[in-house]
Formats: sequence, C-alpha cells, structure tokens
Amino acid sequence: MILTATLALPLVGALVLIFAGSWRENQIRLFATTVAVLPLLLLIWAWLLFDPNGAMFQLVEEYEWVPSLGMGFRLGVDGIALAVATMSALLFAGAAAYPVETKGMARQYYAWLLFLETVSLGVFLSLDLLLFYVFFDLNLVGMYFLIARWGHGRPEYSALKFFLYTLLGSLALLLAIIALYLAADPHTFDMRELIAQQPLAGMAPAAGLVLLGFVVGFAIKTPLVPFHTWLPQAHVDAPAPASAILAGVLLKMGTYGLIRIPYSMMEETFAQYALWLAILAVISILYGALVALGQGDMKRRIAYTSINHMGYTVLGIAVAGALLEGSEAARSLALTGAAIEMVAHGLITGSLFLIAGSFWSRGQSYDMDIYGGLGSKAPKLTGMTALAAFASLGLPGLAGFVAEFHIFVGTFGVYPWLAAIGLLGILITAALFLQMLQRLFFGKLPAQWSGFADLHRSELSVLLILLLLVVVIGVAPGFLIDVVEQSARWLVGGG
Amino acid sequence: MPVADLLPELVVLIGAVFIILFAAFTPERMQPVAAVIALLVLALATALSVAQYGGVERLTFSGVWALDRGAVAGKILILVAGAVAVALSPRWMAGDRRHGEYYGLVLFSLLGAIMLVSATDTMELVIGLLLSSAASYPLVAFHRSWAPALEAGMKYYLMGALANSLFVIGVVLLFGLTGATGYPEITRQLSQNADPLVTIVALSFIFLGLAFKLGAFPIHTWMPDVAQGAPAPIAALLTVAPKIAAAIALARFVHILPDTLAWPWVIAMLAAVTMTVGNLAALWQDDLRRLLGWSAVSQSGYALVAITVVGAADSAVPSLLVFLAAYGLANLAAFATVVHLRGRTALEHYRGLMGIRPWSALVVIVAFLSFVGIPPLVGFFGKLMVFKAGIEGGFTWLVIVAIANTVLSLFYYLRVISIMVFRHPGAEVACLGRAPGLIAMTAGLLVIVLGLWAEGLIHPVEGIELLPELTHLLNTRGQS
Repeated sequence: MILTATLALPLVGALVLIFAGSWRENQIRLFATTVAVLPLLLLIWAWLLFDPNGAMFQLVEEYEWVPSLGMGFRLGVDGIALAVATMSALLFAGAAAYPVETKGMARQYYAWLLFLETVSLGVFLSLDLLLFYVFFDLNLVGMYFLIARWGHGRPEYSALKFFLYTLLGSLALLLAIIALYLAADPHTFDMRELIAQQPLAGMAPAAGLVLLGFVVGFAIKTPLVPFHTWLPQAHVDAPAPASAILAGVLLKMGTYGLIRIPYSMMEETFAQYALWLAILAVISILYGALVALGQGDMKRRIAYTSINHMGYTVLGIAVAGALLEGSEAARSLALTGAAIEMVAHGLITGSLFLIAGSFWSRGQSYDMDIYGGLGSKAPKLTGMTALAAFASLGLPGLAGFVAEFHIFVGTFGVYPWLAAIGLLGILITAALFLQMLQRLFFGKLPAQWSGFADLHRSELSVLLILLLLVVVIGVAPGFLIDVVEQSARWLVGGG
Repeated sequence: MPVADLLPELVVLIGAVFIILFAAFTPERMQPVAAVIALLVLALATALSVAQYGGVERLTFSGVWALDRGAVAGKILILVAGAVAVALSPRWMAGDRRHGEYYGLVLFSLLGAIMLVSATDTMELVIGLLLSSAASYPLVAFHRSWAPALEAGMKYYLMGALANSLFVIGVVLLFGLTGATGYPEITRQLSQNADPLVTIVALSFIFLGLAFKLGAFPIHTWMPDVAQGAPAPIAALLTVAPKIAAAIALARFVHILPDTLAWPWVIAMLAAVTMTVGNLAALWQDDLRRLLGWSAVSQSGYALVAITVVGAADSAVPSLLVFLAAYGLANLAAFATVVHLRGRTALEHYRGLMGIRPWSALVVIVAFLSFVGIPPLVGFFGKLMVFKAGIEGGFTWLVIVAIANTVLSLFYYLRVISIMVFRHPGAEVACLGRAPGLIAMTAGLLVIVLGLWAEGLIHPVEGIELLPELTHLLNTRGQS
C-alpha cells in the first residue's frame, strides 16, 4: 500500500485544491508543501523497509487494470528506482515550498504541481510498461500547463515546443513498447515478466529497430545531443520551481527508462549497440559543457550543464550494458555511478534552478552581465550558489564527485579512451561554474543592485536541506550506495 | 423470413415514418414532442441491439445480412451517437417552428448507417449508402435561410451524388464481373482469374463511395463544410455515425477480397494521405467547427490503419471498434460543447473560455487530449490498439506515419487550448439551456471514465471477427 499511497496523496491534494474555496495564497502554499512532503515520508519509510539483499523488486503491489491487454496497475521498486523516486519527492517538496509568483492563480499552480508529483513518481514506481507510459506522457501535460501559464518570456511558445518535441519522443517510445509487447509470449506489459523473457533476444534486425525507438524516445527526454534543442528554451521560460522539477525529475525519466527498459529487457541488443550510445553520451558531455561555457544567461548555462551531466549518466549506463559478461566489477561501478548521478544531479541542478529563480524574482533577468559584486550584498545567496556550483563541477566531498568517480572508474575498465575524452568535460564544467560565480558575485556591485535582498528564510531552508544532502552523499555515500549497488549488480550480472 | 433478426432496424424505420406523419399532422407547439419520440425509438432500438449482442453469429436473410458482434457493436455505437445528437437538438431547433420532420430524417439517416454495418451484399450496401446520404442532405441544409448552411448542403449533396453514383457503377461492374452481389460468391469469383482492369475500376469506385461516408481522401472535403454549416447537432451526428458505419462496412468488404489483390496497400495509402491532409488543413484553422471537421478527416485516417490490416492481424476489428467508440465519444463531447455555446465557431470567440465557463473549456480540452491520445483518456486506448494492430499486421511504416501525424495534430489542438486557457476572456458567453451542457459534461466525463476503465470497452469486443468467415470461403474455394 505504501507505493499506491505515495501516488494517491498528491493527486488527492490536487483535487482538494481544485475544489477549494477562497484560500489565501500562503495557506495554499502551506497545504501544497505539506501534501508534497507526505510522499517523501512514505518513500523514506519504504527505504527503511527495503532489503538490499532481498529480491530485485520489492514492495510490489499488483491490481488488474486492463487484463484484456495484459496491463495491470503494478508498482514496485528496486534500489535505483527507490533512490531516484525519493530524491524526486524531496525535490517536489522543495519546489512546493519555494516562493514563486503565481500570478493570482495559486490554487491552479499548486494543483498542477501536485498532479505532476503523482505522475512523476509514477514513472519511477511502475512495474508495468503501459502504466509507465501513462505516467511518462501525463508529465508532458502537467509541465505544459506549468510552463505556458506561469512562465515568462515566450512561455506559450516554449511550452508548445516542449510538448510537441517530447510527445514525439513519447510516441517513439510507445511504438517500441508495443513491439516489445507483441514479441512477448504471452503478450504482457509486466516488466518483471519482460525482463525474465528478454522477448527480442536473437531477432537481430527487428530488435535493433525497437532499441532505436527506445533510445530516441529516452534520448529526447534525457536529452542527448542532438535531441536537446527543446530543453534550453523550456528551461529559460519556465518558472523556477518548474525548471527545478524539469531538470531534477523529468530528465531522470529518460535515463531511468534506459536502465529499466532497453537495458534490462533487451540486454543482448543493448550490448550490441552500447558503444554507439556511449559515443553519443560523450558527445553530449563535451557539447553540453562547451555550449554552456558560451552562455551569458545563467539559466541557459545551467540547462546546458544538465545535458553535460546527463551525458555522464548515459555513459555509465552504456558502459554497464556494453558486455553480456566479463568486467562485472567495472560495469557495476559504472551503473552505480549512473544511479548516484541521477540523485546528485537532481539535488544539485534543482538547487541551481531554484537559485536562478531567486535571481529572477529580484532582478527580472537571468543575464549574468547585469549582475556582479553580489558577494558582499547577499552572502547567503553567494554561499548556497557556490556550494551548488562546486558540487555540480564535481568537487570531491560533494555528491557529484561520488557519482562521476564511479562512472569514470567503470568506464576506464570498458572503454578507456572514451573515459579519457569524457574527462575533458569535467574540466570545462569547472571553468564555466567558476566563471559564473565570478560574474555574479565578484567585481563591482552595479548601483541598481544596492537594494538586493539576500535569500529569505523559506528560500534558504529549502536550499539548505537540498544541499545538506549533497554534502552528506559526498562525505558518507554509504546509505545510498548500499541500496543502489545491489540492484546494479543484479542488472549487470544478467538479472 | 427471420424478421426478428431485423428488429432494431424495423423499430427505427417505423419510428421514422411515424415521426414524419406525426409532424405533418400536429400543431407547431407539439413539434418538439417528435424529439421525445425519436429518443424513445432509439432507446428501444439500442436495447434490442444490445439483446442481439453475443447471440449466435450468422448470416441471415439468405446471406445478405450479417448478424455478428461487429455489426451489433457498430449498431449500438451509431444508435447511441444518434440519440446524443437528438438530445442536443430541441433547444437548437427551437427557432424553427415546424421542424418535426427533422427527427424523422435523423432516424432515416441512422437507419441507412446501421444497414451499412450489417450488409454482406453489395445491393444492401447501395441501399444503406443511399438512404444514409439522402436523409442527410436536407439535414445539413436545414437552416434554409442561412447561406453557409445552404452552401454546405449543396457541397455535401454534389459530392455525395458523385460518390454514390460512382459507387453504384462499381457495384454494377463487380456484378458484371462476378455475376453476384453476395460477398461469399464475390470472393469465390474474384479469386478465379477475374479481369484485373475491371476489378481495379470496380473496387476503386466502391472504395470511393465508402470513403465519402467515412470522410476519407479523396472525397473528404465535405467534412469541414458540414461541420461548420450544418446545425451543430447534425454536425455532431454526421462526423460520427456515417464514419462508424462506413468504417465497418469497408472492413467487412475488404476482408473478403482475395489475397491476390493488393488492397491493403491501397487502403494504407488512403490512410496515410487522409490523416496527413486532414491534419495539415487543420493546422491554421481559425474556426473551431471547421477545425473539428478537419480533425474528423484525420481521425478517419487512423481508422483506415486498422482497416488496412483487417486480413493480417486478429486484433484489427476489435481495435477499429474501440478506436471508433473513443473517437465518437470525444467528438460528441466537443460538438455538444459547441451546441451548448450556441454554436460559436470563430476561434477568436473562444478566448479565455476557461475563465468564464471552465467546465465547457475543460470538456473541450479533455476531448482534444483524447483525440491526441494522451493516456489515460479513452482515445489513448483507441490509438494504442490501432497502432498495435498496425504493427502486428506488418504495417509499421504506416504506424510511424500515424505517429508523426499525432504530433502534428497536437499543434492545432494546443492552439485551441492555449486560446481558451491563456488568453484574457472576451465578452460574456451566451449558452443554450442546460441539457446540452449536461450532455457535454457527461460525454467529457465518460472520455475520462472509459479511459480509466478501458477494460469495459475492450473486453466486450475482444476477438471479434467479421462475417462471412474467410477461412470457410477459402476452403470452399479449394473445392470449386
């Protein structure tokens, strides 16, 4: 029941908000934050119940839904899903608590946010392929309305582009899902069954096309170069909490999906094409970092570093799936790293986007050039930004380092030359974050910012919690690695 | 004669005749009573059809009439759609003082449609097609003092006359070729060295006639005009009922064609072109009803995907039925909202509807998202099953075309949604009574409910195959 309740509570909260009377804005925010925290508590409880040495999928719940199609309401988690879902729930709670301009439509805003929480967590908790797709697709609807209604700049255009582009990815995914379903005997959408069956094993050309469908679908979501063009626009125009969710949670669906579906359900084909995926990932790493370096708009810059970081994750996944047997240790490390990177990136980039939102609410601009010298004016903001930036560039002792270390050690064991090229990405990221800090916080303070307010309490507390966790994962990652590692071994060992 | 097999049809026929007489001999203030009679007739016919569902599947009336689950399911869908259109009408037609015969015409049009779904004989097909067309022409032009209605009626009539006459020629050619009008005999003869040229011409003409009813390329252009110019309840009816009828009739007709003919490719091309043309034309429409008309064209294209694989995938007919039900429901929801809003049609007039009439706007949004196939709305399951059948039947490329079209269609649906939701409201919105609003809400709710409970829609149609059984025909072909 834990997982069902996790999904049901935010949805109920959203419905309450729709039919709520004339609540005041801060009451609504308080209500939404409280509701958003409940799934987090439930998932922490699930974490405590989770036995790392137990079965691959735990806390399984299963109800019939459309038995004629072999579709069920099936939920369950392995270590990776649990870790990513818990991080997502935390980020949603943070996003709900973070102050934002709701344009006089607070009820609708928070209702959409809670709806988005249900459907996002649903993606990570599903054990049914079609249910996964249902949640995957509904995300687009939620995010579309959040961006189009509460965004700035050209929100409707960005939201439209986001919806069209990612729907294309979803449909490619749907096509591949149907193909996988038809190949299974009996036809089923049950993920456990499909993982056990490996339905497309040995069907060479067709399996390659199905894999292509999955990879295109998830690469658009992740996004990998060259499928990334919807991302910067959507980020820049989205309200800050939506941006944080977009980067922290929605992008993870791409990488999580890669692990859960093509990696697990068609090992053989995945291994066959893993090198190409790894190359694509390295291109994303370098391209994302280089383009980020060239951005003068802080939100665009952070958005491109997402492409870079998701590149690391995909690299880890590709490495882990590169072989059917051999180098288990290295591949398991890479996959563990990829999972940790998902958690770390969610927390770090989520924080960075929230920080960008704080800049917007104070200066109505993301242009780094108009800021400067804020270090003395807003020390808390400076400290938080610096911490998040250092974490993002992979400073040892912070979460990003743990993840990237795992990934690169694993990659050296399988594709050493790709690892060597990929490392360049870390160098560039370091440069671009340091430069960003310098442009925002050092130098002369422009006269117009003499009244620049430091972080408010509500902003600070959200950032503190998120970044504290970044430090904890960086210093003592044991609790996270324990949960993730066993699942990674399952997956690598040919589960 | 097994007259009982025809009970639903007879009820509709008698009801239609009765209403025409009733309308002629009753005073003006009694005219709306005709709507009540029509509803009762439709309810009775639906109940009788439901009773037929799951009975012994057979060909009846010397083999010209299929009584299988596919036909009965189609009948139920058509009759329910007809009932919704009738229920939407009284307030809409209130301005027309003598309109009792309107309901009679609606029943005749529905009778033609339900004949199409059962026909296993080309003559039967002709009668269904002509009856459904002839009764629909005056309905489209029923607002006889309004120019757009007359224009729509005229276009519909001219195009229909062309399509129907070509269809009849096709039937005659086929008769000349095979010496038969019954499907089983046609199959047998066609598989024995029929003249290829005549076969192609005959089949093309027959496809053309059914494509007209279906609103499919190349004879689809009446769809947007009818959607815009006809009385809105009739627009709702004509974008749904004939489409369901023609889709099932076409599926039944093509599934008896021998494998030696490459008909799946013809239908596949029609499907691809129909959905693309419909979507491209809808992209920049500034008129909601025309947009719905074009979207109805593109939806015919998806239905054709299922028809393409009728011979190749077991799930083709069930997927077709689920798709048609899902499409019909969402389309009725959208048009019911249009009726409720007094037929307002310029997109500009929908500005900020969300702020003024949130429930109406929500129904439109839900209907549109269902058209796109966003889960878990009912349209998703329709598309899912069609795609599944397409891939199963080996037409993956066509499914990819359908997917590209789905993305394309999202663009114009979102255009409407963004105008309704993100713009500031214009003037006050006038509404047409409570009943249409209630119907729109119910239909919108059903789009969601039948999505969440898709089993209720999918399970009853599972494993449906159309009569006459092809395996049986193939065996007899071997002997002859």
